[in-house]
Amino acid sequence: MLTNILTVALPEIIILISAMSVLLLGVFFKNKNASSLFGITQLALLIAAYFTSQLPIESKLLAFNDMFVADSLSLYLKLLSYFGLSLVLIYSRDYLLKKNLLNGEFFSLVLFALLGINLIISSYHLLTLYMGIELLSLSLYTLVAIDRKRKEATEAAMKYFILGAVASGFLLYGFSMLYGITGSLYLSKISEQIGVTEINPMILSFALVFVTVGIAFKFGAAPFQLWVPDVYQGSSTPITMFIGSVPKFASVAMLIRLLYQTLDHLVMDWQLMLLVMAITSMLLGNITAIAQTKIKRLLAYSTISHVGFMLLGLATGTITGISAALFYIATYVLMTLASFGLIIRLSNQRGDIDKISDLSGLVKDQPWVAFLLLIIFLSLAGIPPTIGFYAKFSIIQATLQFGWIWPAVIAVISALIGIYYYLRMIKIAYFDDTIKATKTSKSVNNELNLTLTMNVLALIVLGLFPSTLMDIATLTSALIF
Amino acid sequence: MMSFILSIAIWTPICLGILLLIIQKKLSTNVVYKLGNIFGFIAFLITIPLYIFFDTTYSGFQFQEISPWISHFSIQYHLGLDGISLPLVMLTSFITWLVIFISSNSINRSLGSYIASFLILSGLMIGVFLALDAILYYVFWEAMLIPMFLLIGVWGGPNRVYATIKFFLYTVLGSLLMLVAFIYLFNQTGSFSIVDFYTKQLSLNTQVFLFIAFFMAFAVKIPMWPMHTWLPDAHVEAPTGGSVILAAIMLKLGAYSFIRFAMPIAPDGLLLLKPYLIAISLIAIVYIALVAIVQTDMKKLIAYSSISHMGFVTLGLFMLNPLGFEGGYIQMISHGFISAALFFSIGVLYDRMHTREIKDYGGVINSMPLFGSFFVLFAMANSGLPGTSGFVGEFLVILGAMQENFWIAFLAALTLIFGATYSLWLVKRTIFGVVKNKKIAGLVDLNAKEFFVMSALAVLTLTIGIYPALITDITNQSSIVMLELIQQSKI
Repeated sequence: MLTNILTVALPEIIILISAMSVLLLGVFFKNKNASSLFGITQLALLIAAYFTSQLPIESKLLAFNDMFVADSLSLYLKLLSYFGLSLVLIYSRDYLLKKNLLNGEFFSLVLFALLGINLIISSYHLLTLYMGIELLSLSLYTLVAIDRKRKEATEAAMKYFILGAVASGFLLYGFSMLYGITGSLYLSKISEQIGVTEINPMILSFALVFVTVGIAFKFGAAPFQLWVPDVYQGSSTPITMFIGSVPKFASVAMLIRLLYQTLDHLVMDWQLMLLVMAITSMLLGNITAIAQTKIKRLLAYSTISHVGFMLLGLATGTITGISAALFYIATYVLMTLASFGLIIRLSNQRGDIDKISDLSGLVKDQPWVAFLLLIIFLSLAGIPPTIGFYAKFSIIQATLQFGWIWPAVIAVISALIGIYYYLRMIKIAYFDDTIKATKTSKSVNNELNLTLTMNVLALIVLGLFPSTLMDIATLTSALIF
Repeated sequence: MMSFILSIAIWTPICLGILLLIIQKKLSTNVVYKLGNIFGFIAFLITIPLYIFFDTTYSGFQFQEISPWISHFSIQYHLGLDGISLPLVMLTSFITWLVIFISSNSINRSLGSYIASFLILSGLMIGVFLALDAILYYVFWEAMLIPMFLLIGVWGGPNRVYATIKFFLYTVLGSLLMLVAFIYLFNQTGSFSIVDFYTKQLSLNTQVFLFIAFFMAFAVKIPMWPMHTWLPDAHVEAPTGGSVILAAIMLKLGAYSFIRFAMPIAPDGLLLLKPYLIAISLIAIVYIALVAIVQTDMKKLIAYSSISHMGFVTLGLFMLNPLGFEGGYIQMISHGFISAALFFSIGVLYDRMHTREIKDYGGVINSMPLFGSFFVLFAMANSGLPGTSGFVGEFLVILGAMQENFWIAFLAALTLIFGATYSLWLVKRTIFGVVKNKKIAGLVDLNAKEFFVMSALAVLTLTIGIYPALITDITNQSSIVMLELIQQSKI
């Protein structure tokens, strides 16, 4: 029994131990020595990644009385999460050090959030799932407020907390109804029960709607997107980068676990809900982004539109759709990390970048950084030969294969609207004259520079050879069921 | 070596362009110019073997290269050359070299990046002409927008940002619908190979929708009325080289893609929509020519004349008879040379006078006799004077139209009058007449570089005008096969 737990949940145990030890060690390693905490955290991620990759991809391993599962989906998403978090830490190190925020609490909260993400990804029971959601959410609320001297941060944390609590309430309400009508909290058993027994459709549809609303909120999909721009704007940039990237893996996993593996018999019912949310998110995100003047708000709305694309793939209810969404989420996180990494790099150099116009004339004093910006935003816009194109391509392919022609056309139109504001960013960096006198005296950490360059080059290299990542996503989605 | 000849033609300019981008920082402008010039010449030289080893008696695709690229969607790296793409590839590499050759005259900042953009652009455009896989083609087609976007945006005129964003968005709008069409075809055939698309049977309804999706993409590029409004803006704001590439090659991409995709894939849809397509082409020919007459900006005038001439190309292609097809094709190549020459000429004037308003000119011939002669020649060729390449294409298209219907031919032939009106009136107002002001009296005639470019284009214009078989021999076999494919019903 214990050996079983040790093989299946070893990565989570490692993360938990390191989260607590980092918190303890943080008392002794104060600000200047925080780099050892940084090292410990990265090492923990590496070890966790090693043990995760040792798990077989083909089989479904269960632990903790079948409440915890390790399958292809968890393998794929967990490995990506470690990778994403590792990049987040590299990008944010200097920035946080300067703001006196690089301490044990930060590393510990980030690791607890990761633990929550892993729990959600691996959950096979509604309680595990809920525990993961709460662990992740509570860590995120605190992370937003970690810069407690800033009023905006506190305000954003408050808003995030209240709306997040309401969403958790919705989820919990839905869960309790599912428990009431099926008598079980195991995902597979709920699915079985719904398939065989006659159930009051009224309660079932209420349960479905509550669960879907909860998922949509955590995802940040329209019309439950109101928290996204405020939280993005209020948090300090590294925290925004974290919230915008790695937890999205958990949201995708939550959706697949709850809708595909639990409520799979109701596919006709949730399909339409997801489709409507997908279309609203794509259009609302892209149209609202046009009017933004702050970079982080712009990226927040851009996130909402990307979430719409992922939901469109997931709404098809097919393996092709899941595979397209899994591919999309990986590329989305890679692009998001690059875009925030670039903002942090510039912020380290010339003070906080807030308005879009702060980027004007970038090409004149830093042509290489401007080139990186060009690639990042072309990729977000989905222009080949960057990876962003194949992400949108596979979603549209899945949609058309399912027979949805009009949703595909709407997706294409919203992509076009998106291109407009991404181009505006490039225009500001390339064609506009410098407004703000820039002082580029401060040198930038080589580690950050190198990581950013590799990250952006990956967008092109994967764009030229997307085959491997696509095959992995396809394999993963084929093995889920 | 021979088996990778097409890949070499695509990737050499792209790699040289990237190399130039990297090394330009440490070099002086003069060295960068010389190096760029050598690179441009190399990129041109490596397309010559295509012409030498091309088998004109074979109608299929030659020098094919196939290797798997994205196996999940069975997308292949599939290249091939036929008689329809060969002249356009040669045109691309040649015009790009000329543009780079003359670049040092008008560009005074970041010359290295300017030249590198053209090299990369040229490789991508050749890629569009050679790709036989729909997604490979699409990647080249979209990627091509990026260097052009930067060329207009960075080196363009005062209103460049508006123009370049408009250019980008118009083109992308069309091409995204084309992407939907490609994916639809993929779901039907299970492959992205163009050859597989040709043989797929499709219902009439589907064909009409597919044709409209393709039409949105290609009509914007050509551009056909009423999607043409981006072109005058882009031309006026673009630097000379950008205008030349836009007019000489980018517009041809749209017409080429009609031949390669829309027409053979959806022939019945084409047949159903034929009357409307002919009507749109005629509107472009007549109405846009009238618009060209009243322009006060020289570059805008030539831009409108380009739209009008591209109307001739589409009219010829949509006639669906051999004469029209051949005529439309020759018109494409000929317009490539003539419009390039005209934009170069305007560049020559603009570099000296820094104005493009027609009213600021007059009597240029007195101070620039050499330039004046060339300009008159190209203006004549633009209006379709016999002996120049402009005549051959227009004549064949009018003959083709005559086979179809007298009134179509009549309306199309009106262009010979309107074309002569705007071209010759432009010449009268700028080149001839009394010397307008002191600046014109002090103009310096063509320098050696400009003379070389002008005479090269003049020789080509006259050669094709006198001996059009130079082009038709290459295209003949392929266009016969293509026309058969287009005339076959696929329902």
